[in-house]
Amino acid sequence: MRILVCLSNVPDTTTKVKFIDNLTKLDTGGIQWVINPWDELSLTRALELKDDAAHNIQQVTIAHVGLAGSEPTIRKALAIGADDAIRVNADPRDAYFVAAQLAEVIKINPYDIILCGIESSDYNGSTVGGMLAEFLGIPSVSSVSFLNIENGQVLIHREIDGGKEILTLPTPFVAIVQKGITKEPRIAAMRGIMMARTKPMKVTEPVATGPLTEVLKYELPKPHAACKFFDPEHPKQLVEMLQNEAKVI
Amino acid sequence: MENGKTLKSGEFLVDEISYQDVFIPEEFNEEQLMIAQTCKDFLETEVYPHVEKTDAGDIELMKSILKKAGELGLMGVALPEEYGGFGQSFVTQMLAAETIGAGYSFSVAFMAHTGIGTLPIMYYGNEEQRQKFVTKLATGEYLGAYCLTEPGAGSDANAGKTNARLSEDGKHYILNGQKMWITNAGFADIHTVFAKINNDRVLSSFIVERNFPGVVVNPDEHKMGIKGSSTAQIFYNDVKVPVENLVGARGEGFRIALSILHMGRLKLGANVVGASKKSINDTVKYANERKQFGVLISTFGSIKHKLAEQVIRTFAAESATYRVSKDIDELITKKKNECQDKGRATMEAISHYAVEAAILKVYGSETLDYVVDEAVQIHGGMGYSAELPVERGYRDSRINRIFEGTNEINRLLVLDTAMKRAMKGDFDLFGKAATLYENMDAITDDKTTDETYLQEKSRIIHNFKKAILLAIHGVSAQYGKTLIQEQEVMNNISDMMIETYISESTLLRVQKLESMNKEMSVFKAILDVNIYEAAHKIRKAAFDAVHSFADPDLTCKLKKVMDILTVTGCVNIKDARRMIADKLIEDNSYKF
Repeated sequence: MRILVCLSNVPDTTTKVKFIDNLTKLDTGGIQWVINPWDELSLTRALELKDDAAHNIQQVTIAHVGLAGSEPTIRKALAIGADDAIRVNADPRDAYFVAAQLAEVIKINPYDIILCGIESSDYNGSTVGGMLAEFLGIPSVSSVSFLNIENGQVLIHREIDGGKEILTLPTPFVAIVQKGITKEPRIAAMRGIMMARTKPMKVTEPVATGPLTEVLKYELPKPHAACKFFDPEHPKQLVEMLQNEAKVI
Repeated sequence: MENGKTLKSGEFLVDEISYQDVFIPEEFNEEQLMIAQTCKDFLETEVYPHVEKTDAGDIELMKSILKKAGELGLMGVALPEEYGGFGQSFVTQMLAAETIGAGYSFSVAFMAHTGIGTLPIMYYGNEEQRQKFVTKLATGEYLGAYCLTEPGAGSDANAGKTNARLSEDGKHYILNGQKMWITNAGFADIHTVFAKINNDRVLSSFIVERNFPGVVVNPDEHKMGIKGSSTAQIFYNDVKVPVENLVGARGEGFRIALSILHMGRLKLGANVVGASKKSINDTVKYANERKQFGVLISTFGSIKHKLAEQVIRTFAAESATYRVSKDIDELITKKKNECQDKGRATMEAISHYAVEAAILKVYGSETLDYVVDEAVQIHGGMGYSAELPVERGYRDSRINRIFEGTNEINRLLVLDTAMKRAMKGDFDLFGKAATLYENMDAITDDKTTDETYLQEKSRIIHNFKKAILLAIHGVSAQYGKTLIQEQEVMNNISDMMIETYISESTLLRVQKLESMNKEMSVFKAILDVNIYEAAHKIRKAAFDAVHSFADPDLTCKLKKVMDILTVTGCVNIKDARRMIADKLIEDNSYKF
């Protein structure tokens, strides 16, 4: 059995987000790039499955759509324990484009289990996994918080409103992974870091497919207005402000 | 200036190198950054969540965290691959040490194991000892401790009373004595113990296993800080140590102890940089959230001053840390080509940079003390509360000025070692100092009208060096061989040397950053303030020295020259500090 982990390269969550080119592009200067946290959990779960010889996982592969600048993030995934990686050499313009490129990778070299994070922590689109399954004509399961192989059968838990759904399905399939799939992301060990540079990273060129969307501009949330404080001894002032200034009562 | 040059220890006093020959943190490669990230991830997931429990004295928990670090391979960063390590460069080792340095008590336990607990055997042990012990210390299967200090032998380590007597059958040494302030004592499996064989004048070094009969470990000490690290007395009562556990030759222990301490000082210099960055990050986040008088306290000039100073000193310490690390790497390569024993070659290269090791130790530990003190101050009342991390950082910092040789010992070492190396012929210190002294009346600040910004800074630092040479000549002429008894004056000159080496390292880093086409305004602001502050400290130290050793006429003459040699350009210090603080505040973390 072979597992493919789809990996997105995202800014560290402490990044101070700024836009350039008339607010149409993220200013990438000084950004520290990391593995998308949900993808990191997916990778960790894939490696946990591989660690158990009974599951007979031969290979855990990383697939990524991005330019050469994202290779350090891919190599970190290799250091964590993935066996090899495929990078589609293209700027990931929108979810449709990314899903289409990933689908081409999988069509050439099929995998049994394909893991996608439920969203990426930068654009939070939450659509790549579903589109990818559609491109491939295979099932997808969203919000997966548990994935195991028991007696040769895949067992999945998915979060649903007020509880969970437990299901099984045949391979191949796309699992759209939620938190809970594993406890903590795995840390790259020294041996893994040393081995990462020798693991295969294949670079392929993208297939021709247009993005379906065009970003007109980004907007940052408006800064919080300053708080106004009112003397508790004079509640009338508060009421007047709510009536006349805020106009909410 | 010739390129491709490496200076000997202390040679910076009389020579200069090009920025192209220094290593700066902006040059870390992908693999080095990944190792640092692993150390950081480890702290986040395995250390910080348990810090309350480990500080409450849960020694078993600390032991288990150390074992996990071993499983990740972090204990083998500095060790050769043939002994289960990863054979990383000294620069990489220092980066790992810097990152782990943010780990409070864990950092102390980890560094004691990987440094003083492992390296005496690695660098001075024979092949059998390395295979038997180092391979297990590399993975954390064994944990190590270094047992040098005794009740009557602290800074004067050779005064130890622990004794080793050869047994009648010649198969064992019978070890008797008491060691104290032993880090990792509560759980270490392997002790490197220093003791005198029979009535030897100097120490020898032994590997003692904790489970040898007669080893008694006292309960842990109650300490001001680093409470999560195990520190205890160990008694050795007629402990039978196999003769094959003697490390190095008989009588070589003192040399081993000192060499390992040089290495420990360098690593401590890196640790405190990491701890400083952690404290700065905690502090700026608080300053960016805490409001008084309706505005964030990070908008106040007084707070910006403190934040900027924290950054400037940390940046400067970091610059010196990686400058000397690369020098050591180059010397290790050279020595390995000359020497049969790779372990000893490495240790000799590290020990060579004793002057710089002492500088890093003193400047770094005092930088961290400044940073944690102002961190508490910026937090106000909350800084005094044990709920926030800066309180722990404040307590944990203090030991850095005491262990690995007190800062008092290290200050003496800065000047004393440089003078000894010069006397040995490593570089011409006294000749150049005498020539300068003879021509004192002709000394000017050498300012030219067309010098660039960085040329001006280089000239100022060159003048600092002249001030040091004059002071060295003056005290040498006055005191001769009795100089060692004039510790106050030695401290003055050591302070001048420390400030100069740190400022020069900062300058070299800024020069290299400019060559890399980096945005320079903030880096120049850091350099401006650093050199301005250094000039004033050097002037004060020089005046203190001169007032201590010179007669009135010479005092007047030397003070005039020292004034000329410590002139700095015109810089708006307030604006420079504000620019640095504003970047820190904008980034909400240390990103320099």
